Amino acid sequence: MTLIITAVLFTAGLGALLALVIGATAKAFAVEADARVETVTEMLPGVNCGGCGFAGCADFAKAIVEGRTIPSQCPVSNPENIKRIAEYLGITAGEKEKVFAVVRCAGSCAVTVRSPYNGIGDCRSAALVAGGAKGCDFGCIGFATCARACPFDAIEMRDGLAVVHPDLCTGCGKCVETCPKNLIILAPAAVDVHVYCNSPEKGALKLKVCKTACIACRKCVKAADSENQMTINGFLVATNYSNPPISDLVEKAKCPTKALRLATKHAAGAYEGVLK
Amino acid sequence: MSDKPRKFKGGVHPNDSKALSASKPVQTAPLLEKYTVIIHQNIGAPPELVVKKGDLVKKGQLLAKATGFVSVPLHAPTSGTVTALEKCHGPTGLSVPAIEITADGKDEWGSPFEPITDWQNAEPAVLKQRVADAGIVGMGGAGFPSHVKLSPTKPVDTLILNGAECEPYLTADHRLMVEQTEDVLRGAAIFARILGLKTAIIGVEENKPDAIAKLKELAGKYNVTVQSLHVNYPQGAEKQLIYALTGREVPIGGLPMDVGCVVQNVASAAAVAEAVINGHPSIERITTVTGEPVVNPGNWRFRLGTPISKAIELAGGVKYQPAKLLLGGPMMGTAQNSLDVTVMKNTSGILLIPVEQVSQYTSEPCIRCGRCVEACPMDILPATISQAVENERFDWAEQLNVMACIECGSCSYICPSHRPLNQQFKRAKAEILAAKRNQQKK
Repeated sequence: MTLIITAVLFTAGLGALLALVIGATAKAFAVEADARVETVTEMLPGVNCGGCGFAGCADFAKAIVEGRTIPSQCPVSNPENIKRIAEYLGITAGEKEKVFAVVRCAGSCAVTVRSPYNGIGDCRSAALVAGGAKGCDFGCIGFATCARACPFDAIEMRDGLAVVHPDLCTGCGKCVETCPKNLIILAPAAVDVHVYCNSPEKGALKLKVCKTACIACRKCVKAADSENQMTINGFLVATNYSNPPISDLVEKAKCPTKALRLATKHAAGAYEGVLK
Repeated sequence: MSDKPRKFKGGVHPNDSKALSASKPVQTAPLLEKYTVIIHQNIGAPPELVVKKGDLVKKGQLLAKATGFVSVPLHAPTSGTVTALEKCHGPTGLSVPAIEITADGKDEWGSPFEPITDWQNAEPAVLKQRVADAGIVGMGGAGFPSHVKLSPTKPVDTLILNGAECEPYLTADHRLMVEQTEDVLRGAAIFARILGLKTAIIGVEENKPDAIAKLKELAGKYNVTVQSLHVNYPQGAEKQLIYALTGREVPIGGLPMDVGCVVQNVASAAAVAEAVINGHPSIERITTVTGEPVVNPGNWRFRLGTPISKAIELAGGVKYQPAKLLLGGPMMGTAQNSLDVTVMKNTSGILLIPVEQVSQYTSEPCIRCGRCVEACPMDILPATISQAVENERFDWAEQLNVMACIECGSCSYICPSHRPLNQQFKRAKAEILAAKRNQQKK
């Protein structure tokens, strides 16, 4: 019996002593933290996408409080949320153009030449084996490396092609660096017209491997309201994002290969099965 | 050196399947109407074009000139007209620039180099310049410019000729050693003269007894030692061959010259003999067209720029639909997705594989059996590196010496869980090199 009592008392005493030591240490070595950082962190989306250029939401919050950046650098938050943060801290929110990702390729398995592939299911590994299984050297490989990197599930793999959903995409840019073919760009979210092709090859060569390649026929360039709305570089046309065309262009231009698409309709699957 | 066959540590023993074409004498492929010569056929800087569309060229005329020390010139495979400078399908699966030559059927030599008949007494520098001018590269598969290897910056005491041909199915070097024994040995003697050495060793795997016998018969005349080697893949890899023949280990990241060796392929030796003694540049090579689906497997002497489709036609076509087309052997060869690829200086084989030999595997988790570690000829730890790569820890992979990997594929071959180890290491090496390049830019 005494043995038990001794043990209990000893343990209790030791516990009390250590509690005192810990308490004293915590007081003596306390680091003063800005309470605002924690509040701002809680106001941020908390997905840690890194789209702001900082190492996650907490780091970004610290940077805002310290005045190193502005709240609108967060690509994920909606404008109201950004305004709330700015009001809380009594600073200006600033303005940042909303962007979203565009995968500049429309070559799904249905419209491209494709070889069987049985290696690692990752675009960056597949790119090392004959440049990917699809015939085009510049197109989407289709093993979903970008889709896995997306923190918002905004990239859908549809018939071996990465398709961005503009309504889900926040423009954080996480997918951009994962693509071994450098297919993904961040384009202004206000623009809907994009050329879904990235191959600089000659038109005839492109058509051999892909039915929906841009063949640089210039129909869209001519149909545009002003001359430089669509820029042509070699055998590839691209939207001029500093002077973008309006969405009507896709209807007017009648792109013969359907490489010119509206991002919203592309995401909705409106162009599938159009090319035979 | 004893007569006992020599070997290195590790390796695997795939079925060599060489019987399909080993006894078939080399035939010369008939002249084609068109050749599509890929411009960049060597490791190092691509050569620079010196002809334009519409130019008339003679056989052996310069098409593109070397653009640096690690670069080799390219010569016309036949006489005719340059009809196009377009992109064509390359062996890596990507489009590459090429020169299309429409033959005039005369096959006339232009002004080839001056033959150096008295090569035994010629200046080593003159011989070396000829090797560079003739556009000779390592014809075993790598395509590394031969003259660069002949300019070691460290003292060299051993010249090794690589006649191992350890890749299953391939018999091009085998037939070359049997039929052009004298050329191979002359080439070896020329290499030795350039390096200022008296002797050379030629290593040949035991499964080519006729080649060994033929070489031994004539080797004495050229001061060359013939050494038989165990049949063990990858016996023909440079570092493994050096270890087997001399017992020296090339340090990680090092070159053969770090241990006083220079290794050259036997086909390159024969090409050098041709360039020095007859004055002909490197415009053709012996390639094995083989595989179970091929009607008449064999060895052909193809001009550079011969499309694979024509090569397979020459071999009588196929009996049934093959599942895979490889350039090179089954272990290290690269899979092709087009028959438009053309024969290059380093195309040692054109291999068609039937469906039952192409593994459609599903990878399972690693069971830590260690068979890959035993098989690895470079003594690295494939299983652990694989774990690092799967977690995208390329820094860890680098610490584990993934850069020493020679991509021989022994680990993937032996793995009971069918893990794609070789592809993972390729990825790791590519990522590490890319990171280094980015760092240099900054």
